[in-house]
Amino acid sequence: MSRITSICITLLAILCLAAAWEAFARFGGYTPKLTPTLSMIGAALVRIAANGVLWTAILATLNRLLLGFAMAAAIGLLIGGLMGRKQWIEDMLLPIVSFVYPIPGLAYAPLFILWFGLGDVPTILLVGISSCVVIILNTWKGVKSIKPIWLRSAEVMGAGDREMLHHIVLPGALPYVMVGLRLGLANAWRILIAVEMLMSVQSGLGWLIFGAQTFLNTDVMLATIAVIGLIGVLLETQVFERIERATIVRWGMAAA
Amino acid sequence: MADGIEVRGVTFEYSTGLGSVLAVKDASFTVAPSEFLCIVGPSGCGKTTILNMLAGFLAPTRGEILIGGKPLGKAKTDRGVVFQDFAQLFPWRTALANVEFGLEMRGVGKAERRATAMEYIRLVGLEKFSSTYPHQLSGGMQQRVAIARALAYNPGVLLMDEPFAALDAMTRDDMQGLVASVWAATKKTIVYITHNVAEAVYLGDKVIVMAAHPGTIRQEIRIPLARPRDPLSDEFIATQRHLLTVLGARKPPARAAAE
Amino acid sequence: MSRTRRIRSAGLIRGVLAVLICLALWEMFARTSRSTSLTPPLELIGQTLAGMLVDGTLLINTLHTLGRVLLGFCIAALIAVPLGILMGRSRFAERFFLPVVSVLLPIPSLAWVPLFTLWFGIGNTATICVVVYAAFFPLIYNVWAGVRSVLPIWTRAATVMGAGRWALWRKVVWPASLPYVIAGTRLSVGRAWIGVIGGEMLASPTFGLGQIIFNAKEFLNASVMLSVLVVIGLIGVITERFIFNALEEATIRKWGMAASARR
Repeated sequence: MSRITSICITLLAILCLAAAWEAFARFGGYTPKLTPTLSMIGAALVRIAANGVLWTAILATLNRLLLGFAMAAAIGLLIGGLMGRKQWIEDMLLPIVSFVYPIPGLAYAPLFILWFGLGDVPTILLVGISSCVVIILNTWKGVKSIKPIWLRSAEVMGAGDREMLHHIVLPGALPYVMVGLRLGLANAWRILIAVEMLMSVQSGLGWLIFGAQTFLNTDVMLATIAVIGLIGVLLETQVFERIERATIVRWGMAAA
Repeated sequence: MADGIEVRGVTFEYSTGLGSVLAVKDASFTVAPSEFLCIVGPSGCGKTTILNMLAGFLAPTRGEILIGGKPLGKAKTDRGVVFQDFAQLFPWRTALANVEFGLEMRGVGKAERRATAMEYIRLVGLEKFSSTYPHQLSGGMQQRVAIARALAYNPGVLLMDEPFAALDAMTRDDMQGLVASVWAATKKTIVYITHNVAEAVYLGDKVIVMAAHPGTIRQEIRIPLARPRDPLSDEFIATQRHLLTVLGARKPPARAAAE
Repeated sequence: MSRTRRIRSAGLIRGVLAVLICLALWEMFARTSRSTSLTPPLELIGQTLAGMLVDGTLLINTLHTLGRVLLGFCIAALIAVPLGILMGRSRFAERFFLPVVSVLLPIPSLAWVPLFTLWFGIGNTATICVVVYAAFFPLIYNVWAGVRSVLPIWTRAATVMGAGRWALWRKVVWPASLPYVIAGTRLSVGRAWIGVIGGEMLASPTFGLGQIIFNAKEFLNASVMLSVLVVIGLIGVITERFIFNALEEATIRKWGMAASARR
C-alpha cells in the first residue's frame, strides 16, 4: 500500500466520521441546540478562542496539571525508588500500595471536599495523590528490573554507592520509570478534567464544559472536548515520545 | 602492570534447602605475572565459582586468595572481568562511554579518559563503532567492547568467564585470535574460564582441568607450544587429545585406536 | 525451602505491621481531632460498614455499580474485539479506523458526562455510555496491537502444517495476541471502573457506590465515604488477584509471554 493511498484512506475515515456526525446532527431527531452541526462547533471554537475564554481555561487546567503531576512524580519516584532498593520498605509498602492502586482517584474527591473544602488546593492535591500510585509501582518495578550483571560490572570497575545510583540505577530503571510517568500524566489529565467539574473551581476546561451545560451550549461543550483530546495527544507525542526517543529508544531498551 | 595470583586451599560451600553443596573443594594454584591460565571442566565443576571468588563477588568458605601478594580485600579495582552475557554492557552508554566507565570511576579527566578509552577501542578493532550504542552491535562486537572496557582502567589481572561461548564458531575463532594478540600487547595476567578444550590449548600457557561433584582440580598441564599456535598442527592436536583424556571425555588413545 | 518460607513470612509480618501502623496513626489522628464526622475513628467506620452490610444498602449499590461495569464492558468488547482483529489483519481497516481511534482515545471519558446527560437525561443510560466509552478504546487499541504482534513465522508454520483459516485464528492468531488482549482488558476494566464511579457522581443514577460517596458529602458523613472506599479497594484487589492474575497465570505467564499494556 503506497503512502498516498494510506493517507487517502485516513482522510476518508475522518470524512466519514464528520459526515456521520453531520447526518446525526441534522436528521437525528434532536434539536440543533443538543446536537450542533460541525459548522456550529467550529464557530463556537473560534468564538471562545477569540474572546479568550479558551486560553484562560487551558492555562488554568495546565497549571493544575503541572503542579499535580510534579507532586505525583516527586512522591512516586522517591517512594518507588526506596521500595526497589530496600527489601523491608517494599515489604511494608507494597500491600498498601496494591490496595490503593485500583481505587479510582475520583472516589476520594468528596472526601477531599469535606476535608479541604472546594477550590484549587484540594484539586491539585487530589490529582497529585491519585496519580502517584502508578508512578510508585513502575519505578519500583524499574529498579527491580536492573540486571545484576550491570551492578557487578560497575562494582568491579570501582563504582561506589553514589556512582551506582547515578550511572546504573537511574538509567537502568528508566524504561519502566518512563512508562510510570506516562501513565501517571495520563491519569492526572483524566482525573483533573472530572475533578474540575466536581470541585467547583472557577476556571479550567472541565469547568468550561460543566458551565456550558447549564446554558445548553453543546457547541461549546463539543469544542472544548475536541481541545481536551488535542492536548492529550500533544502531551503524549510531543513530550513523552520525544524524551523516549532521546533516551530508551536510542539505547535499544524501549520494549521493556 | 600485571599481578600474580595465589590461591591457597580454597573451598566454597553454600547451603540450599536440601543441605549444603560443596562447589569447590580445596583448590590451590598459582598464576605468575603475565601468565595466561585457562580453567576447563564440565558444567557444575565450580570453574565459574572460582572466577567469582577471584573477582571478589564471593568470599571463600575456607582458604585464601592473594593477588599481587595482597589478600583480596574490599577494593575490587585491581581486576577486570568479562562475562559471557552480552547484556553486561550498559545499554545507555555508547561503546566508547562504556569503555570510559572504569576511568570515570577513578576520577580521570574527560579528555584523558576519552583518549585512553579510544586506545583500547582501537586495540579491539572497533574504532569505527566508538559512538554506537550496544544494541546496534553484533554479539562479537559487544564482547570486544567488554574486553576493552575491562582493560581500559589498567587492572593487574583480567578475568574472563566463557566470554565467547554464546558466539558462532567463526566469530569465536576471530575472537580467540584477538585475545591472543591483546594478551601479547598488554601482557596482562589472564584467567580464562572455558569448557572448550581447543580454546584452552590455543590460548593458555597453563591449563587447569577440573572435575565436578565436588569441584576439584584434577590436573595442571603446561602447554609447551610456541606462539602463534596452529590449531591444525600435530602437536596441537596431540595436546588437545591429552587434555580430553585427562578430562575423561575421551577414552585413552590405545583403546580408541583399537575400535 | 525453609529459608524461602522464612523470608516470605518476614515479608508478610512487615506488611501487616505497616497496615497496623497506618491504622494506629489514623486512630490517633481521629481521636485528637475535633470532629468525628470529618475524621471518624476506626470503630465508627466499622460500625457504618457493618450497618450498611446488614441493611443491604451496600449489596444493592455494589451490585448496581458492578452491573454497570459488566454491561458497559461487554458492549465495548462486542464492538472492540472484532473491530480490533479486523484492524490487525487488514491494512485498509487499520488505516481507516486507527485515526478515529487515536482521536477519540485521549479524550477522558468523564469529559463526556455533561453532554451525555443532556442527550440521554441524568441516570443509568448516561452512566453506562460513559463506561462503554471508557472501556472501548484501550481494548480496541490493544486487540489491534496484539494481532499485529503475531509473528509471521507462526502463521506460516501453521499454514505449512495444514491449518485452515479457522484453525489459524483459533489456534495461532488468538493465543498469540493474548498478552496484549489481557493487558488491554485489564486497562479497559480499570478505565471502566473510573468511568463508573465518576459517572455515578456526575450523572446521578439511582444506586451505585459513586452515588453513596457523593451523597454522603451532603451530610458531612466521612465514615460512609471511607467505608465505601474500603469496599471499592477490596473489589479492586479481588478482581486483580483472582481474575486477572489467575487468567495470566493460566495462559501467557505459563507460556513466558507476559507483556505490558500500551496506553
